[in-house]
Formats: sequence, structure tokens, C-alpha cells
Amino acid sequence: MEFGPYLLLACLEGAVLAAVLALMASGLSLVFGVMRVVNVAHGEFYMLGAVAAWAVTSMLGAGAVANFVAALVIAPLAVGLLAAAADMTILKRLEYDPERTIVATIGLLYVIQQLTLMTYGADARPVVAPFNSRIALPWVEWGENGLSLYYPWGLSTTSYKLFVIVAAVVLITGLRLFMAHSRAGLIMRATQLDGEMATAFGVPVERVYAIVFGAGAALAALAGVLIVPIQQAHYLMGGDALLLSFIVVIIGGLGSLTGTVVAAILIGMSDGIISVFFSPTLAKIIATLVVALVLVFRPQGLFGAKDR
Amino acid sequence: MLKIEALSAGYGQAMVLRDVALEAQAGEITVLMGRNGAGKTTLMKSIMGLVKASGTVTLDGVALTALPPHQVPRHGVGYVPQGRRLFSELTVAQNIEIGLGAAPDARSHGALRAEVLALFPRLAERMDQRAGTLSGGEQQMLATARALCVKPKLLLLDEPTEGLQPSMIEQIRQVMLAMRDKGLAVLLVEQRIDAVLGLADRVFVIENGRNAESFTRSDLAAGEARLRSHLGV
Repeated sequence: MEFGPYLLLACLEGAVLAAVLALMASGLSLVFGVMRVVNVAHGEFYMLGAVAAWAVTSMLGAGAVANFVAALVIAPLAVGLLAAAADMTILKRLEYDPERTIVATIGLLYVIQQLTLMTYGADARPVVAPFNSRIALPWVEWGENGLSLYYPWGLSTTSYKLFVIVAAVVLITGLRLFMAHSRAGLIMRATQLDGEMATAFGVPVERVYAIVFGAGAALAALAGVLIVPIQQAHYLMGGDALLLSFIVVIIGGLGSLTGTVVAAILIGMSDGIISVFFSPTLAKIIATLVVALVLVFRPQGLFGAKDR
Repeated sequence: MLKIEALSAGYGQAMVLRDVALEAQAGEITVLMGRNGAGKTTLMKSIMGLVKASGTVTLDGVALTALPPHQVPRHGVGYVPQGRRLFSELTVAQNIEIGLGAAPDARSHGALRAEVLALFPRLAERMDQRAGTLSGGEQQMLATARALCVKPKLLLLDEPTEGLQPSMIEQIRQVMLAMRDKGLAVLLVEQRIDAVLGLADRVFVIENGRNAESFTRSDLAAGEARLRSHLGV
């Protein structure tokens, strides 16, 4: 395949990763932004979403589309409720102290991971995509008769991968609109800016924290459900996803939703392109190097506020 | 109206207030005075339930100390904190909206918003402006307006005139007098004796977290020298 079509293919792979990463990192960023809690267990909520999707589709036994739609609704809801319960029983007792909550979420990470290993097992298990038709992509070439379209061999994607990209765009746009225009979003932003003052004006801040922690985990679980027809569900799959999410929120600026989305596109696309042309390991090395440079030259991230 | 008895409060192991007692009546301006670090702001926060405290704070017989902190404003307590503490990245309209959220009756929000903005017409012209970009005086107006949106029976103002120009101080003073005449209990933390003399119905002085002395309007003029000695001016 020539360079041009090959680059398009790499960009599409990168866009799928960027979409999933943007969803997952938005949850991490939302939790940090509102609660100032660095949730180290976030990757496990992503893994739980994927595992729950496998469980729902296995148990339901309906058609592939019905199974998947049920997983898209049930898995994030269940994971979100679990996270909200973890918030109320663990983080609330620690009074949301930034240092102690890091240790607590590390503990939560291992508890979730080992419980999953004990119940779900060590095998990676697939979930059937609701639709997965191959779509050949056209390319242009300059021939004797001017520009003409042709379909290079191997230049194709699947309808499911395009669905993942569209679903992530719709969900993140919905999240942005919710935060900007709804009364609940206004309360979350007020709590983010000054929790004590929000309390002084009738906002039940601890309830807001439980909802935000649950919503952040539900976003990670949604990402897990969306990725599981492409990658299989495995009890260790949260680790890499957590690392990439941290890379994204550090580059974008902790707590900034815009920064998170921009950084997810940057990291996802570069990962896709470098992985296709060179190697996935080099892609990770470069992403980590970018984080180091951001931490040195712009510690608040690309879109983060300086005093955060 | 407001009755504080045997109130002790602090941060962690450090006690700031010890056995403080205070009363504020409806239709009166009660002023709380004391040197820096005496515990005035901690007392205001204790009423709001924002610091851990023992003792009792009751408002019209309701024990505020027994309530979760977020329910205190719903019982009619409006708070203008020291340094204004607006939601700086939210607009004027959104700050007002947050205040209205703690008002007792959601159906009256429209009328309440109009009533409050009538007191501060300048804010009405800046509804879409971010609070953090307002001038100091406008920010104080917004902090006061936000507290009035709660439809308070008791209005707490913690050094509302700090750092403001004279015209703005006079406007805030007029609002306090209007609220008093409307029957609200106003509890004001103020450092400047000159500002207090023509305004206060009662003055409570606290020193090192304890009650030191109190004055009524009638004995304030005679006790001015003692008041000055308490404040070290």
C-alpha cells in the first residue's frame, strides 16, 4: 500500500483509540476537577465495564444488537452505582483528603482486580460487535485522465469502529452540554470552584461528590463496553488504559474537559500513526516523553488553570 | 431570633472559639467586633455549619447546629463571606442562580431575582459577565445579592466593606439598613469603629475566642473608649 492510504488507515485506528481514551479520560478529569481526587482505580472501572458487557451479553442470549444495547445501558449503570457506593463508604470517610484518597483508590484498584480474577477468571473473553461490516475506503490518484477515485487493497475499516468514534463524539458533546447548560452541571461547577461556598448555598456537596464519582466511573465503563468488541475483556486491561488516561489528563490539564478531549485526540492519533508506521512501544515512549516535557514546561497542562 | 450559647469551635486540634454566647434580634443590626484572629470569621462559619462546633446555635427555635451544613441556608440564613468568595468562573446570572437554589420556595424564584436585582441595578446590566471579571465593588454587590437570594431571616456579613471605595461602602450600608427595616436580623463583622457607631443596635466584642464585652445602641457612645481599647486602636 502507498504512503497516503496507509496514513489514512493509521489515522482511523488512532481515531478509535482517541475516541475511547477521550471518554475514559473525561471521567478521570471530571472526578479530579470537581472532587480533587486522583482516582487510581479508574482503569478498573473501565475493565469492569468490559467484563460487565461480556456478562450481560452472555446471560441475555438475545440478538447481537439487543445484547449490546443492554450492555451499553446496564454496565455503566452498575459500575456507576458501585463507584458511588465506594465513594460513600470509603472516600467520604477520608473527608476527600487528596493524599489519603490516592492510597484508598490504589487499594480499591487491587480489590476490584482480584475480585474480578476470582469470579471472572484470567481468560480474555470476546463480545460480539452488534454490527461489523467491512467498509472499503476510497483513495485518489492522479492519472492520465486527471484525479480519479480507486479502492486500494487493504484500505478498509469496519462499521463498528466508525460507530465507536461517532458514539464518543455524541457522548462527550452531551457531557459538555450537560455541564454548561443544566442546573446539575451548574451545581457541579460551583462545587468544583468552591465546595465550602456551595455548601453555604444549600448544595449537598457530599451527594454531588458521590454522583460525580459514579458518573466518572460510568464514563470509564462506557469506554470499556465500546472497546470490548475490538479488544477482549480481561481482568488486567485497566492498567494500560489508566496510564494513557493519566497521560491525557496531564497533557490536557487536570480538571479541564476541553484539554482532555484535545489531548486524547493528540495521544490517540499519534499512538495510531506511530504504531502503524513504527511500533506500539515507540508510541508509548513518545507519549510518556511528551508528558515529561509538559510537566517541565507547562505543569498545569495545555488547558489547565495555573493555580490548580 | 438568633441565639448562640456555649459555642466552641476550631480547626482540627486548634480551638478558636470558647464558650461564646451571642444574640441577634429581627429588625436589628448586631455587630461583631474583635482584633484580627479573635474568631469573628470562625463564629460566622460556625453559624453556617462550616466548621466543627459544640454548643448550640438556634434560629427561631430551630437548632442550626443539629442540621447538615447544606440545610442551614434553607432555614433562612444568608451568608456574605469575607473576601466575597464568588464562583469566579461562573457568570453573574449563574451566581444568582446558585443563591436562588437555596431559597425556600422554587416558585418564587422569578420574583425574588427581580427584587434582589432591583437593589443592585448595576448587576442587572452584567448578567452574562463572569463574576471574576467584575470590579471589587460589583463583586461585593453580587456576594450580597447572592445571599439575599436565599430569602434570609438572618443575614451574615463578614467585613463587607473591606477594600471598597466610599461610594460603594455607602451603598452596602444602605442595603443593610434596608434589610434591617424589612425585619431581617443582620449580623455584621466589622473592624472600623466609625462605621459601626451610627449603624449598630448591639455590639459584641470577642477577644481570643471568648466574649469580652457587649454594648447596646444606648451605651455605645459612652463605651466608645472601652471599645477602642478592646480593638487596640
